[in-house]
Amino acid sequence: MKSYDAGAVDVAVIGAGHAGIEAGLAAARLGCETVVFTINLDAVGNCPCNPSIGGTAKGHLVREIDALGGEMGKTADACMIQSRMLNLGKGPAVHSLRAQIDRNQYARVMKHKLELQDRLTLRQAEVVDISPCERAWQVTTRLGAVYRAGTVIICTGTFLGGKIFTGEVAYESGPDGMFPAAFLPDSLKRLGMSLRRFKTGTPARVLRSSVDFSRLEVQHGDEEIVPFSFDTEGELSNRAVCHVSWTNEETHQVIRENIHRSPLYAGLIEGVGPRYCPSIEDKVMRFPDKRRHQLFLEPCGLETEELYLQGMSSSLPEEVQEAFYHTIPGLEKVRLMRSAYAIEYDCCDPLQLEASLEFRDWPGLYGAGQFNGSSGYEEAAAQGLIAGVNAARKLQGHTPLILDRSTSYIGTLIDDLITKGVTDPYRMMTSRSEYRLVLRQDNADERLTPIGRELGLISERRWEKFQEKQRQKEQELKRVTETVLPPSDELNRVLVSRGTTEVTTGVRLSELLKRPQLTYQDLTELDRGRPALPGAVLEGVEIQLKYEGYIRRQLADIEEMRRVECKALPSNIDYQQIRGLRLEAAEKLEKVRPANLGQAGRVSGVSPADISVLMIWLSAQEQRGGES
Amino acid sequence: MYDQTRTVAAISTGQAPGGIGVVRISGPQALAVGERVFRARSGRPLTGMAGYSAAVGGIYSAEGEKLDDCVALVFRGPKSYTGEDVVELSCHGGLYLTRRVLSEVLTQGADPAGPGEFTRQAFLNGKLDLAQAESVMELIGAGGEQAARLAQAGSSGALSKRIAGIISDLEKLAVHLAAWADFPEEDVDEVSVEETEKALDQAEQELAKLLTGFDKAKVYREGLRTVIVGRPNVGKSTLMNLLSGRERSIVTPHPGTTRDVVEEPVSVGGIPLLLADTAGLRESSDPVEKIGVAVARERLGSAQLVLAVFDGSRELGREDLDLMEELKTLPVIAVVNKSDLEHRMDTEKIGQALGGLVRISAAQGSGLKELEDMLVKKLGGSDFHPVDGELFTQRQQAAVQRAWESLRQGRDALALTLDAVTVCVENALDALFELTGQKVSEQVVDQVFEQFCVGK
Repeated sequence: MKSYDAGAVDVAVIGAGHAGIEAGLAAARLGCETVVFTINLDAVGNCPCNPSIGGTAKGHLVREIDALGGEMGKTADACMIQSRMLNLGKGPAVHSLRAQIDRNQYARVMKHKLELQDRLTLRQAEVVDISPCERAWQVTTRLGAVYRAGTVIICTGTFLGGKIFTGEVAYESGPDGMFPAAFLPDSLKRLGMSLRRFKTGTPARVLRSSVDFSRLEVQHGDEEIVPFSFDTEGELSNRAVCHVSWTNEETHQVIRENIHRSPLYAGLIEGVGPRYCPSIEDKVMRFPDKRRHQLFLEPCGLETEELYLQGMSSSLPEEVQEAFYHTIPGLEKVRLMRSAYAIEYDCCDPLQLEASLEFRDWPGLYGAGQFNGSSGYEEAAAQGLIAGVNAARKLQGHTPLILDRSTSYIGTLIDDLITKGVTDPYRMMTSRSEYRLVLRQDNADERLTPIGRELGLISERRWEKFQEKQRQKEQELKRVTETVLPPSDELNRVLVSRGTTEVTTGVRLSELLKRPQLTYQDLTELDRGRPALPGAVLEGVEIQLKYEGYIRRQLADIEEMRRVECKALPSNIDYQQIRGLRLEAAEKLEKVRPANLGQAGRVSGVSPADISVLMIWLSAQEQRGGES
Repeated sequence: MYDQTRTVAAISTGQAPGGIGVVRISGPQALAVGERVFRARSGRPLTGMAGYSAAVGGIYSAEGEKLDDCVALVFRGPKSYTGEDVVELSCHGGLYLTRRVLSEVLTQGADPAGPGEFTRQAFLNGKLDLAQAESVMELIGAGGEQAARLAQAGSSGALSKRIAGIISDLEKLAVHLAAWADFPEEDVDEVSVEETEKALDQAEQELAKLLTGFDKAKVYREGLRTVIVGRPNVGKSTLMNLLSGRERSIVTPHPGTTRDVVEEPVSVGGIPLLLADTAGLRESSDPVEKIGVAVARERLGSAQLVLAVFDGSRELGREDLDLMEELKTLPVIAVVNKSDLEHRMDTEKIGQALGGLVRISAAQGSGLKELEDMLVKKLGGSDFHPVDGELFTQRQQAAVQRAWESLRQGRDALALTLDAVTVCVENALDALFELTGQKVSEQVVDQVFEQFCVGK
């Protein structure tokens, strides 16, 4: 094939989904000439599955992306049509924001942001080859353009070797009828990269006017809306509602009778699907005792009549889908606009990656998003941001940004991927973080904005706003610690009404706020010196006081973790040669190649005794180094 | 596990009975902890001592009982093996007494050190030279293998089953809490505060039982209560000294030398015995000896094992016959001593009455192997597990204690919100998983998907 020189860039990003967008924007904002390739310009920022951003732990990720200077939160706020804070009442650690978004608008806004970004070129082209070239990389497109790039970030999502299944019908395709990246898998294999097949699926989209809403439960958004972005100002309002329905025995009957026609059950799909995102046929077959399964009808946007049937993904034949959707209350006469399908795709084994998301064996090559074995828009965006930052920093001669598990869900996500590896597409969950009382969505800015500022991704205005919030919080903490309320009938009336004990002597405001039964609200009347403060500040102060003991304990755990985390393990260790290390541990460590002792300790099959051996081996190495 | 702010302690000499045993305490609180158990003869507090100095004194329990004479060595960080403050307590009392000293040190605020933890701390403080490092490494490696084997052997045991039962209950709770928090809009049953409290209570009680069991099992841990009896001067004290490997009882050719009960933890054929040498059982007019005899009889009543010693060089006397009669119903091993002298005793009678015998010469040290074999046989073979189903080591005890404390905290958190409870339950699981070698969050996440039909 004839090719031509298309010039040189600093960073090439392959794919413009949620990972590619954050990667491209971060690299360009850090000063790199950046090109972002997409197979189709209409696929930029597409949400081919649910029309929502956030959710449990995912909402944390969006806030963290925002706190570091990423784009997802701001765009989600701008395109939000319904917002809910999930898990209220279950504790601040698990409060999670989720927003229904106008999917079309979201894609348009994101594309526009890329178009307007300095130093960023958005280019429709299918990348067919990535090869090393004179200590850099060259990226070749289907039409023969050859770009030289200092660093390359692969964010191919479900496009890479994509194949769609609906019943017995299977064809090569990207999501939503886009072309797949059909050539790139072979190019990566030529490099020596180990690829695997994963699969995911999506439910049907149906026409709103064909749904009978009269029998369905309505789900409204929150009255008081919290935005994702710490930057978003002004009132946000709900502009749409969702509905809830349930499957029934008849639905399950149709599914069971046709299960042999599922490509998964017929053995046509080799890819491994996500455990947390089972198709409806999976749920029916795996949990035969459950007599009904819930589904949500979510609007895809304000300028479309498409509804997304959350909970009903399937890869059964189209006519079977029609049949079982029709058994569901409200959907008796539903008309399908897009059929449900399963999609199988290539992704890498993330154990090949470093915590910077750079490939260990291919310096300058990075991976992010579904390509790294994760799933979900938010997980993808989080990795894209980190890969983009690090691809830029490498070219600028800076050390990579590595967030450890105690800083963020982003750090936890990446550490899990590169240390434990994945057996099915990885979804973030609050239960994956051992430090979740510290890693809350309300304090993402506190944890990460200083880092974003240092990177150069936080504007002056944003920084001042952040500092002001911190100042207010500090002052308020000081004030409530110093303010003593005298014992009074009025105070005791409040205390008794909230089910807590009366006081006979003066009591500090902070002591009262520590009581689980009392809130700021309860004390408004009595706390006369209270300044007018934003809700976020009061929330921060109250959580800090109430959870003090538990937070302190987690902070001690974090300190302990960090001590071993700073003992670096050289990347060229021959683990088999280390005396005293058990064979099983040596083999696992050989594969994962942890960057430090802390990470080594999280590798499955590695015991504390193995870690002791490694520590001593390390010290011996240091001394040998000193002698030579 | 790697905390450098911790103060840890362990026996740092080998685990062979007899000889000097060293309990090493290392960490920021080492001197303070040392001071709580050690009293210098000079009256000078340990915390006032300079680095590289020693004091002679005694080890005392919290109740003020003197456990042993002791030399305390003080090293101040960074000039110590570990680089931290270190106190080394050198005791003379043999392995089991050394263990008691350790136990006291742990009660007074030190945590039990893990395998290689001192070395690890030495490493962290940059205190290890190359040769030392490499030799210690292999030791730990071997220790790790051993621990793994032990864990495997124990996995079918009663203790493992008890712990597995608690883990399984707590895991169920943690998994439900996780599913409920991570999939708020799915069809996951509400977690009720009452049920959570019930589950916490139950696990807490189970753990408390384990902790009580640990105290009860102490008697076994410190050795099977074994009494050496026999007529005066048949060589009981010589046998005692032979078994404990050093001079402990005062041995003289005069009958009635031992008037007190002398206790000594020893290991015979791998079985820990808390050996008591008694005054010879005989009618005596000496009031002091009389008391000794009375104590010996009392001792006999509470013994778990009796070693009945006979003098093979003498004829079987009336006292011997009385003794045999007295011992008939007790777990007893007949030991016919002085096999080096001319044999005059009718041993067949003893064998019949007491179910076999072993012939030894305590003075020459012969026949010890036969005694060991007999002991193992008597106690039901080589897989003698007197503490099956109970916590055995200090480390196990410490892990269970931590789990228990986490659950207590979890119960306090019930007044707050369930996210804090969840974290406490997971901390408890973490502590228990230390005993089984699993990791907590992977377990919970895997279980969520196995047990709940969740996902969009």
